[in-house]
Amino acid sequence: MTFKQRSILPGFGLTLGFTLTYLSLIVLIPLSATFLKASSLSWAAFWHIVTSPRALASYRLTFGASLIAALINLFFGMLLAWVLVRYNFPGKKIFDSMVDLPFALPTAVAGIALTTIYSTHGWVGRYLDSIGIKAAYSPLGVVIALTFIGLPFVVRTVQPVLEDLDKEMEEAAASLGANRWQTFSRVILPSVAPAALTGFTMAFARAIGEYGSVVFISGNMPMKTEITPLLIITKLEQYDYAGATAIAVVMLVFSFTMLLAINLLQKWSSRHHHSGGTPEVVEGEALHAPVYAEA
Amino acid sequence: MAASISLHLIGSAQLAARARVATSESRLVRWTLIFVAFLFLVFFLFMPLAIVFTSALSKGLSTYFAAFREPDALSAIRLTLLAAGIAVPLNLIFGIAASWAIAKFDFLGKSLLVTLIDLPFSVSPVVSGLIYVLLFGLQGLLGPWLAAHDIKIIFAVPGIVLATIFVTFPFVARELIPLIQAQGIEEEEAALTLGASGWQTFWRVTLPNIKWGLLYGVILCNARAMGEFGAVSVVSGHIRGRTNTMPLHIEILYNEYQFQAAFAVASLLALLALVTLIAKSAVEWKAKQENSQPHGRDLTPDHQGFLL
Amino acid sequence: MSIEVSKVSKRFGTFNALSNINLEIPSGELVALLGPSGSGKTTLLRIIAGLEFADTGHVSFDGADITEQSARERRVGFVFQHYALFRHMNVFENIAFGLRVRPRQFRPAEAAIRSKVHELLRLIQLENLAQRYPSQLSGGQRQRVALARALAVEPSVLLLDEPFGSLDAKVRQELRRWLRQLHDEIHITSVFVTHDQEEALEVADQVVVMNQGRIEQIGSPDDVYNHPASPFVYNFLGNVNLFHGRMDEGQPVIHGKATGQVVYVRPHLLEIDREPNGGSHFRAHIKHINAAGPLVKVDVITEWGDPVHIQVSQERYRALQLIKDDAVYVIPKDVRVFETRRAS
Repeated sequence: MTFKQRSILPGFGLTLGFTLTYLSLIVLIPLSATFLKASSLSWAAFWHIVTSPRALASYRLTFGASLIAALINLFFGMLLAWVLVRYNFPGKKIFDSMVDLPFALPTAVAGIALTTIYSTHGWVGRYLDSIGIKAAYSPLGVVIALTFIGLPFVVRTVQPVLEDLDKEMEEAAASLGANRWQTFSRVILPSVAPAALTGFTMAFARAIGEYGSVVFISGNMPMKTEITPLLIITKLEQYDYAGATAIAVVMLVFSFTMLLAINLLQKWSSRHHHSGGTPEVVEGEALHAPVYAEA
Repeated sequence: MAASISLHLIGSAQLAARARVATSESRLVRWTLIFVAFLFLVFFLFMPLAIVFTSALSKGLSTYFAAFREPDALSAIRLTLLAAGIAVPLNLIFGIAASWAIAKFDFLGKSLLVTLIDLPFSVSPVVSGLIYVLLFGLQGLLGPWLAAHDIKIIFAVPGIVLATIFVTFPFVARELIPLIQAQGIEEEEAALTLGASGWQTFWRVTLPNIKWGLLYGVILCNARAMGEFGAVSVVSGHIRGRTNTMPLHIEILYNEYQFQAAFAVASLLALLALVTLIAKSAVEWKAKQENSQPHGRDLTPDHQGFLL
Repeated sequence: MSIEVSKVSKRFGTFNALSNINLEIPSGELVALLGPSGSGKTTLLRIIAGLEFADTGHVSFDGADITEQSARERRVGFVFQHYALFRHMNVFENIAFGLRVRPRQFRPAEAAIRSKVHELLRLIQLENLAQRYPSQLSGGQRQRVALARALAVEPSVLLLDEPFGSLDAKVRQELRRWLRQLHDEIHITSVFVTHDQEEALEVADQVVVMNQGRIEQIGSPDDVYNHPASPFVYNFLGNVNLFHGRMDEGQPVIHGKATGQVVYVRPHLLEIDREPNGGSHFRAHIKHINAAGPLVKVDVITEWGDPVHIQVSQERYRALQLIKDDAVYVIPKDVRVFETRRAS
């Protein structure tokens, strides 16, 4: 196969050339510089940095809080998608567009707003405090912030699948004697599962790297409420470039793995979703079939 | 005989009733689900939004506006506008070029290219800033050379612009690629056979077809460019009045316990977010309206026979 | 303008779309490229238009080699299967597009563009729909706008890809008569692709029958229908019954035994009679009769057990008073015999 099929549309060389140049300058070269920098560390030194107790504590918090937040979003995301697709109620349009707020609201703004609400004297924090729960400046605060920033993912991946779901499938299940819960768990849930899983993975990946909304609410105590991205910044501020780079490489490797996982999930999800799709358009139909008289 | 018939009738009546119930939930379940969803949104979306504006206005309107008259605040707003003003157009041009090459042509390595374009979305903002520090910073690969030529990128405006470009890199391309792919190339082929040049084809045929998607991508790109915190924080150096963007200025005010002023500046960004959401809904509505009309491929029968 | 295609081949991956195509289209003719899906007819049309490029071979217009010219330089009018109307432009602007994108020194004045577009709108009888958008038109109307748009640039040849493919049956009929009439008025060399044999036979001056990337036969509609050059052409251009048989002193003999030769007979070329009136014939009994329509369709079973379709006129049907399960004689009036090897 040749590199490119000949086409009558112009501009391939120009646009691809620009794309590759810009991509290299902005993304590829700076990223490889990081790996180059990391390679100046010996393996032992690298291992020592990335497995130091403080780094391990930060991974535990980052991954644990991200996982919990993504699970919360998986549940409420499906619930929200269901309510927005299936029911009519006043203010539905506003609800629907508000779901994207975490995408549009700068993370620093979200960070100070959530901290103010969930701190000891805040709108919600004071009630939590009175029953002995400390929300802000604790791992719970980290979970709250990560839930906020991951909120739209599951809703937005599940919503279109639910919208396209064939109502007749549910009617068929009902006519075969299934009750509503059976229909939901055996017919609807399996259909939206791939999309929900994709959304869950996206929310998880996003939460791992999140910084802005978390630094305000977490309290940033080493070993207790210090997330990994903050650890990188701390090391940078102490001019520990090697340490910052080593931990950044761990995060990058994780990012690439998640990107790969999301790509595979999306492929699987779209295949699942379109399995009963429209047949291909056939150029022409077979003409009157000849009668073949054979003895 | 009669008994068995009436039994049948009851059976089918029950089935019909069950089928009706079975494709929707009872009122109680319905409203419970709506209520739970509502509560979740109140705690995680509406309250944060509300507290931004109530805190910003907690000391009255004059104090609110005073927060923007501060020179540091003004310079932060200026720098934010500058960074977005450079990053958005560049990423717009990139998005158009990339989507043209990817959606209109077949070539080897296309799906790898698409994945690479998505890369900045999956990198932590902090790491996004760090990679430029490691390249252009004093300890970085190009640091000594830059220092020798007295070029400052890190802890200066160019670094902030670069970090902003990186984190908003995929927005426009991502929005346009599926759109252009779905549109196919027939209209472009038609334009070319009618004698249009490549540019004419792009401006008169392709661009009008993708304008809503383009606008959508630009809106999202701009929102992120103005609101980016982590990446910019790493490269900025936090020099007041010089390298602080609005989100960084908010952080400084907040850490100095100037809560009202912090929320006043935050309210500007929250307003931007709301405008973004409204614009996004408007664009979606507009695009849906145009797409709901049947076009080329639909087979609306021609009932209006014409005479010769 | 005449079109010559010589030794053109085209592969898509491992698929041979066209193998060594040679074709000459005289100036001013209306030619149909007819074939089933995958026969390469659309690829050939797109290669003539410059929308696709042949791997080998040449295309010439009026003897001038244009193989390396782009679609833009060839000045062809191309009508796309799904019309490819610009959906953000109204009918008027769609038709005017080709004139508006000309380089400044060749671009007609606005008034000239207007009068040209209005002239075309009259031609396609859509004068009062100039301000409509494509989405507000019916399929047949879009088809005519696409044609007017292609004609606006005064192309040297007109190429149409399945021009009636996505229209319903009645509109198809009207539109193809209209296209024939239009061609008789403007006499532009035209090539259209179709998979519908009726359409090709009714509209075209010449029919090019294609199959698996090759040309099976080129000829007038009368030629290809009545003198098919290959079993494929015979099969493709209408219903047919196939029998085992052989030629016996110039007379075809049909029987139940395989002999290496296959006899092709169209349903209306089989006669039914109560008596064997000399010549070649075989016995059969009637299984089903459908008398609705201009011809009566009679399904019979031969004495060796194979089903055969026959069409007889209403008069003949009444004269014979045929009913189900009657034993009859079947007399072939005109047959074609091909070797089995070629027929498969």
